Amino acid sequence: MEKGSLMTFSFEILLLILLLVTAAGAILVKDLMSAILLLGSYSFFLSLVWAWFGAVDVAFVEAVVGSGLATVLFLLTLFGTAPKDSRLRRPPPPMAALVALPLLGILLLYAANDLPQFGDPNSPANVHISPTYLEQSYRDTHTPNVVTAVLMDYRSLDTMVETVVIFTAGIACALLLRRHAS
Amino acid sequence: MIRPHDSIIVQSLGRFLIPVIQIFGLYVLFFGQYGPGGGFVGGVILGTSMILSVLIFGHDASRSQIAKKILHGDGVGMLIYAGVGGLCMIGGGEFLNYAELDIPGLETAARRSLGIVLTQIGVAVDVAVTAVSIVFSLSAEEIIEDSLNG
Repeated sequence: MEKGSLMTFSFEILLLILLLVTAAGAILVKDLMSAILLLGSYSFFLSLVWAWFGAVDVAFVEAVVGSGLATVLFLLTLFGTAPKDSRLRRPPPPMAALVALPLLGILLLYAANDLPQFGDPNSPANVHISPTYLEQSYRDTHTPNVVTAVLMDYRSLDTMVETVVIFTAGIACALLLRRHAS
Repeated sequence: MIRPHDSIIVQSLGRFLIPVIQIFGLYVLFFGQYGPGGGFVGGVILGTSMILSVLIFGHDASRSQIAKKILHGDGVGMLIYAGVGGLCMIGGGEFLNYAELDIPGLETAARRSLGIVLTQIGVAVDVAVTAVSIVFSLSAEEIIEDSLNG
């Protein structure tokens, strides 16, 4: 193995360790404020993982929404709901969960063996319709970013309904939380 | 209701950073066709800049008036997006088939590129307004209804 690849590999290991530590910390820590901030840093490390996979658009969204907007929304919720006591009382997990969840994890790891290799050119996801998009999207739409071309043109109806979902979330928050000054 | 932040450092930084964030959001929104970014991220960044001004300068500050005004625009983004789809139908195509946008002097690919830009603006407006609206819902009590009614 070359020195350069070894260095990137160790960087990825470091990234995964940080990811696991922040995720476990967000679950285990007692103070809710610390949990929110740990969750924000977890999202940031996750966005680095997406960027490492080459999914730059997803990384961008994860960094902006996960560690930016969601943290602010969580903090405002915390200030609005629990101004005095933000410490978490957590009962110990039941015995059945301690037995069943590791088994489920092992089962998932076993099933993950059948997944195609990362970056495999012959995997079903890479031979079905992606080549068509990659070859034709610039000629069809004059849009160099294939992700944007797929999201906003080929799959435009999906994106419109996603926008409806966001709109509905805003409306629901307003209906539930805004109080009338009567 | 959020009161203005006391620290002079936070206020000066906010005064400097908020326009920069807004320009960056517009850049991300319109550069989404050429690089990472797009309507969703650009809208979130634009909304976040307004949220930042509310968090720093408070609900009543003059700098937060844009954030208050923009609450009236709930649904405008959806209108833009679906309106582009409707224009495509008027042009004789399917819903959201940008190639049928009825604009003379543009070839098919350029029409589809224009359709992508317009729908991205729709998504950005929708997301920005929703982000600001949720923050106001979470933080404001009576002030929000007063500002909307009066």
